[in-house]
Amino acid sequence: MTETEQPPPLAAHAVGVPTRRLDGPAKVSGTAPYAWEHRLPEPVYVHAVQAGIARGRIVRVDTAAAEAVDGVLTVLSHRTAPRLADTSDHELAILQGPEVGFRGQIVGAVLAETPEAARYAASLVRFAYEEEPHHTELRDDSPDTYTPAKVNPSFPSDTEQGDPEAALKEAACTIDATYRTPMQFNNPMEPHTTVAIWEEGDPEDPSASPLLTLYDSTQGSHTVRTTLAPVLGLGAERVRVISPHVGGGFGSKGMPHAHDVLACLAAKVLRGRPAKLALTRQQLFSLAGHRTPTVQRVRLGAEPGGQLTAISHEVLEHTSRVKEFAEQSAVATRMMYASPNRRTSHRLAALDVPVPSWMRAPGETPGMYAAEVAMDELAEALGLDPIELRKRNDPTQEPETGKPWSSRHLVECLTTGARRFGWDQRTAPGARREGEWLVGLGVASSTYPGYAMPGSEVEIVHRGSSRYTVRIGAADLGTGTWTVLSQIAADGLGVAAEDVRMEIGDTAYPMATVAGGSSGVSSWGSSLLNAVRAFRDQYGDEPEAGARVRAGYPENPARERYAVHSFGAHFAEARVNAVTGEVRVPRMLGVFSAGRIINPLLARSQFIGGMTMGLSMALHEEGVFDHTTGHVVNQDLADYHVPVCADIGDIEAAWLDEEDFVSNPMGSRGIGEIGIVGSPSAVVNAVYNATGIRVRELPLTPDKLLGE
Amino acid sequence: MDAHVTLRVDGEERSLTVDTRTSLLDALRDRLGVTSPKKGCDHGQCGSCTVLLDGRRVVSCLALTVSHDGAEVTTAAGLPGPDGRLHPLQQAFWDHDAFQCGYCTPGQICSAAGMLEEADAGRPSHATADLDPAARTPLTDDEIRERMSGNICRCGAYVNIVAAIREVGDVSEVTER
Repeated sequence: MTETEQPPPLAAHAVGVPTRRLDGPAKVSGTAPYAWEHRLPEPVYVHAVQAGIARGRIVRVDTAAAEAVDGVLTVLSHRTAPRLADTSDHELAILQGPEVGFRGQIVGAVLAETPEAARYAASLVRFAYEEEPHHTELRDDSPDTYTPAKVNPSFPSDTEQGDPEAALKEAACTIDATYRTPMQFNNPMEPHTTVAIWEEGDPEDPSASPLLTLYDSTQGSHTVRTTLAPVLGLGAERVRVISPHVGGGFGSKGMPHAHDVLACLAAKVLRGRPAKLALTRQQLFSLAGHRTPTVQRVRLGAEPGGQLTAISHEVLEHTSRVKEFAEQSAVATRMMYASPNRRTSHRLAALDVPVPSWMRAPGETPGMYAAEVAMDELAEALGLDPIELRKRNDPTQEPETGKPWSSRHLVECLTTGARRFGWDQRTAPGARREGEWLVGLGVASSTYPGYAMPGSEVEIVHRGSSRYTVRIGAADLGTGTWTVLSQIAADGLGVAAEDVRMEIGDTAYPMATVAGGSSGVSSWGSSLLNAVRAFRDQYGDEPEAGARVRAGYPENPARERYAVHSFGAHFAEARVNAVTGEVRVPRMLGVFSAGRIINPLLARSQFIGGMTMGLSMALHEEGVFDHTTGHVVNQDLADYHVPVCADIGDIEAAWLDEEDFVSNPMGSRGIGEIGIVGSPSAVVNAVYNATGIRVRELPLTPDKLLGE
Repeated sequence: MDAHVTLRVDGEERSLTVDTRTSLLDALRDRLGVTSPKKGCDHGQCGSCTVLLDGRRVVSCLALTVSHDGAEVTTAAGLPGPDGRLHPLQQAFWDHDAFQCGYCTPGQICSAAGMLEEADAGRPSHATADLDPAARTPLTDDEIRERMSGNICRCGAYVNIVAAIREVGDVSEVTER
C-alpha cells in the first residue's frame, strides 16, 4: 500500500464515545478568544460607511465633519484608500472606484482611537451620488434571466433524461405547483470580525515584503489567506490568519467578504497598529451574504400506484450584478427518487442586490423544501401514505449516473421514525381538533452529499511518552472540530484522547480545506489518518520524542465509483390555532443515515441545531426587501425573526448504526447540514395535515392560514 | 465627554475613565479586557452580552457605563468558584452540550443564573398560571423556555439549554427544602 491510497478502516475506541467538548470550560466561561478578543496593544477602531443608493456613482465625498471628530485618525474612501493588486472579484474590490453596485456596499470607513468616535464620525461622512435606476425584485417574469454556466459549486445548470413533457401529459396523476422562499440570512451570533495588523517589511531588505496578520472569524483560515493574498499583492506566505474559535457561520464565514479587505486596507494605512473591524448586526444583511429568494416550479407525474414517471424541477433565483452566485436548488432532485423522465434547471436574474452566498446546505435546503412538499401533495392526490409513496420510488442506484449507492437507507430512516414518532396517529387533513387547536403530523425526506475535499495536510509530533501534538489549520465554528479530531487522532495513534493535543485554526499549521459542505471532518480526518500511517511507516511503534511527520489527503478512487450521500427522515407535529392562525411545533424527530457518528453527544447537537434552523425557515425567517430603496428593511434580530427558546419544543435526533468506508477511513459522512434539509417541509406538511391548507410560500405566517 | 467610574467586576475593583457614550459592554470588552460578555447585536435583541448587574440580569449593551458607578458586575468568567470549579450552570451547560459555537453561551448562563433567582423570588412570567407570589410556581420546561427567551442561540441548542437549566433548577429546589 502506498501513502496515497486510502488508509484502512479506523477501529473505534475514542471514536463513538459521547465526549464533551474540549473547549467546553472556556466556552461556558467566555474565555475562549474569538476574533475581536485577542489582546493587542494600541488598537484602532474601524467603522464601515455604506452606500446609500442601490446603483450609480459617487460624485462627491465630504469627510470634513468626520475628520473633525476628536479621536478620528483618518477617513477612507475610494479617493484615499490604498490600491488593491487584483480587483477582479468585485465583491472584494472595495474603495477602488466610484461605482456603487448595491445599497449597503462599503464606500468608506472611519479609523479612530475609540469605537464611539469611529461610529459617530462614520455617520458624518457625506456622499453625493449620480443615481441610476436599479432593479432588485425577483419576479416570476423577471426580464433578462439567464442560465449560469454552472451552479454551486460546479454542477451543470440543467439536466434532462427521457421525455418529461410527454410523460407528464400521459401520467395518471400529476402535480404542478410553484413554491417560493424569501431572502434568508445566516446571522451567526458572532458578527463577522477581522482584526488586521500590517507590518511593513525591512526597507534595507528587498526580500522582506510586508507581513499581514489577521484575527478573523472564518470557517477557513487558509481560504482567507489564499483568497486575500493576491488581492493585496502579497505572497501567501506573508499572510497569517488566526482563528481558534468562531462564533457560528453557517456558510457566511466560508470565504472572506468585503469587510476582510477593509480591515486589511485600514491596517495598511495604520502601519503596524491593529485595525479592529466588527460589522454591526445591521451591516451583516448587506455584507455577509444571504440565501437567494427562490421561485420553484415542481411538476410530478405518477402512475396510480405512486411510481413516478416524470419529475421536473425548474428554479428561478437572483444573483448580484456585482458577483455571481448560483444556488444549486434543483440538484438534489437529480438523485432523490427514481423516475425514467426528469428535468432540472436553474435560471438567474442578476439584480442590484448584495452578493448572495452559502447559507447552511445551499441548494438542498430550498430545493428539498419544494420537492418534499410536492411529494406530500402527490401522496394526497393519490390517496397514498406519504411514507409509502417515498418507499415506492426509492431508487436502487443513483438515478442520473447509474452509480451504486455507498449506502442508502432512506426507507429505514422513514420506517424507524414513523414507529418512534407515532405516525399511525396521523388523521385525515383537518380532522383532529383539540379545543382551539388543529393538530397534524407531517413527514419529509432529507439528503445531503457526503463530500470530502482534497488538499488538507496534517502534522503529527510525538512529544514523548506516547503523547502527541496534531496540527491542522481546521476551523471549529461550533462543529466540535477540537474534540472530534482529537478522538480520531487518538484511535489512529492508539492512545487516549487526553494524550492528543490538537492545534487548529491558524495558517501557521498545515493547510486545511474550508469547514463547508459538511466536509470538514471527512477531509481533515482522512488526511490525519494518512499522517498517522506515514508516522508509523517512518518511526514504527516506539518513536523517539520529537519524531514528526506531515502528510496530505489520501486518494480515494472508490468515491468516484459510488454515489455517496446521507439521508434522513423528518417528522413534525404542528398545532395551528383555528382562531389566530398561530403555528406551534411541539415535537420534531429526525432519523438520519449519515455514516459512523464520531461523537454522539456533539452530533445530536448538530442534527437538532439544523432542525431548529429548518423550523425557523418554515415559520419565521424572511428578509423583507424594499425595492424602492433597494435594501432589507428588517435588518436586525428584532425584525428578522429567528426562534427563541419559547419557540422550540421537543426536538429529538436519532441515527442508524452504520459505517461508510467508501466515504472515508472513519466511516463517517458529515452531519453539519443534513438536519436543516427537509425539516421545513415536514413542518409545512404537518400544517397541511392539521388544517387542510397548503401553503407554498415561506415563511408560513398566520396570515397565510387565516385567509383560507 | 469623559467620566470617571469605578466598577467591581468579577470581584475585582476596576477604575476607568470612559466616554459618556460608552456602553457597559464596550467598557468591559474594550477598556477592561473582560471579553466574557459578547457583542451579538449591540441593540438588546440577542442577549449575548447579558451580565449580572448588582445581582440582576441585564443586557450590558443597553447599559451606559456612567450610569453604574460603583456597581457590582458579574460575568460568566466570574461565576466559577475561587477554586476554579465551574458554577453548576456552567457544568450543566457543558455536560448537556447546551452550546455549539459558544458565542451566546456566557450570556445564556448569566441569564439563567439571574432567571433562577427571579423564579425563586416568586416573580411570575408569561407562562405562569397562578400570579399569587405565595403560590410556588414549579420551574417547568415552559417556564424555563419563556424566561430564557431573551437569549438567542442561532446554533439551535435550546433543547439542551432547557435540559441543563432544568437539572440545576431541580437541584436548587431540592436543596432549599
